[in-house]
Amino acid sequence: MEVCGSSNPTLREFGSEQNLLSRPDGSSSFVQGDTSVLAGVYGPAEVKVSKEIYDRATLEVVIQTKVGLPSVKERAREQCVRETCEAALLSTLNPRSSLTLILQVVHDDGSLLACFLNAACMALMDAGLPMSCLFAGVTCAIDGDGRIIIDPSAVQEKESRALMTFAIDSKERRVMMSSTKGSFTVHELHQCVAISQKASDNIFEFYRESVRRRYSKSV
Amino acid sequence: MAAGFKTAEPLEYHRSFLKENCRPDGRELGEFRTTTLNIGSISTADGSALVKIGNTTVMCGIKAELANPAVEVPSRGYIVPNVDLPPLCSSRFRPGPPGEQAQAASQFIADVIESSEVIQTEDLCIVKGKLCWVLYCDIMCLDYDGNVLDACLIALLAALKNVRLPEVTFSEDSEVPKVSLENRRGLTIHKHPVGASFAVFDDSIMIVDPTAEEETLSTAIITVVMDEEKHLCALHKPGGTSLSGEKLQDCINRTTIRHKEVHKLINKVIQSVKTPE
Repeated sequence: MEVCGSSNPTLREFGSEQNLLSRPDGSSSFVQGDTSVLAGVYGPAEVKVSKEIYDRATLEVVIQTKVGLPSVKERAREQCVRETCEAALLSTLNPRSSLTLILQVVHDDGSLLACFLNAACMALMDAGLPMSCLFAGVTCAIDGDGRIIIDPSAVQEKESRALMTFAIDSKERRVMMSSTKGSFTVHELHQCVAISQKASDNIFEFYRESVRRRYSKSV
Repeated sequence: MAAGFKTAEPLEYHRSFLKENCRPDGRELGEFRTTTLNIGSISTADGSALVKIGNTTVMCGIKAELANPAVEVPSRGYIVPNVDLPPLCSSRFRPGPPGEQAQAASQFIADVIESSEVIQTEDLCIVKGKLCWVLYCDIMCLDYDGNVLDACLIALLAALKNVRLPEVTFSEDSEVPKVSLENRRGLTIHKHPVGASFAVFDDSIMIVDPTAEEETLSTAIITVVMDEEKHLCALHKPGGTSLSGEKLQDCINRTTIRHKEVHKLINKVIQSVKTPE
């Protein structure tokens, strides 16, 4: 387990472990504060004929909740994660095959969608799937006084006036995915995008560091 | 020849038009299809609207029912939106339980209702802790030709404006609600959220109001929802290729113009329905 001591005080402490499950082709856990997600990737494997796409791999994302059956909310999140991963993956390199990404909620203490994205990216990296870029999820909350809280906890999310989650790509730090709740001004949006872009640097640095440590055996 | 080209190389076909700053159906890049609106089309519903954006047809019916408020929030009613994409509307939808797109659309509409506070659920309470209204907003797509989210939002807003709730009197001793169907009143609409959808082609070209074909060929779709005070209620981009802040600003600017157009259309239709009476 590697933990990134939060050099930027705005992000909660986060950490991750890769390759912790034996059966999946790639797996990871991602912890942000008290929020924790476990991810597993299977593939490229054989695909059902009904789901086959002739020129690229079929990606399926499944979100498993801690208790109860997945609801409409989980389906909407699955769509967000799936389309983000599809944009990052070079799925044309594995045509007519299936990729399955399973995300298991271990504990939800806010910024869950961001944690899903980070866990997914770490798992895809672990599976060694070809990707055009990496991505990082960052959640911003705007509280009643108009202050921006980055990576909020569940309590802060509840008290917030607006909540935005962005996926930032590693190449040009642009917005890949955006999901919002609550109403906010255009200015606040741009502020949140800028803060998320800045915060994503920490996450990308962490990705790089953890991969470097894993593959440099001599150290 | 052109038909063969379109079938064999659909992306190249679209690119050749986009290069000339126009689209296969003759529209410019920033042009919406003709939007038509009809309200009160379903006489058995408490409020209804039919919206057409080009060929995309969406119907919204609102049914009001009486219920007990939830114990945690005794002074609030409920709004239950549901988006249905039946096999009738397109060959891409199969019969059976709602697919991912329909479920994601339902969640999006529910989020917009909550974020924009188009209706305050306190207004739906009749007697605190005892009786409240539940508004079932059923949105059904009849013809799917892209940009179904924008159409759903217009249909929902117009239908909510069309709702006439009967007056309810609640006697404290017998605890039986009395409904007088003659006296009806409309809902208070606090905000008017209007959406605009954009499709991104080849990671750079942005087109507004995509058709079903353009949606499948595009690399990303983004929906911006804005109210009349220029506050954003949703910036929904479920993945796809990345966009810079400037591109997002372009989308927001276009949405501001679209808001005025749609607001004018809804008001005009409501006026035209009122005048003959």
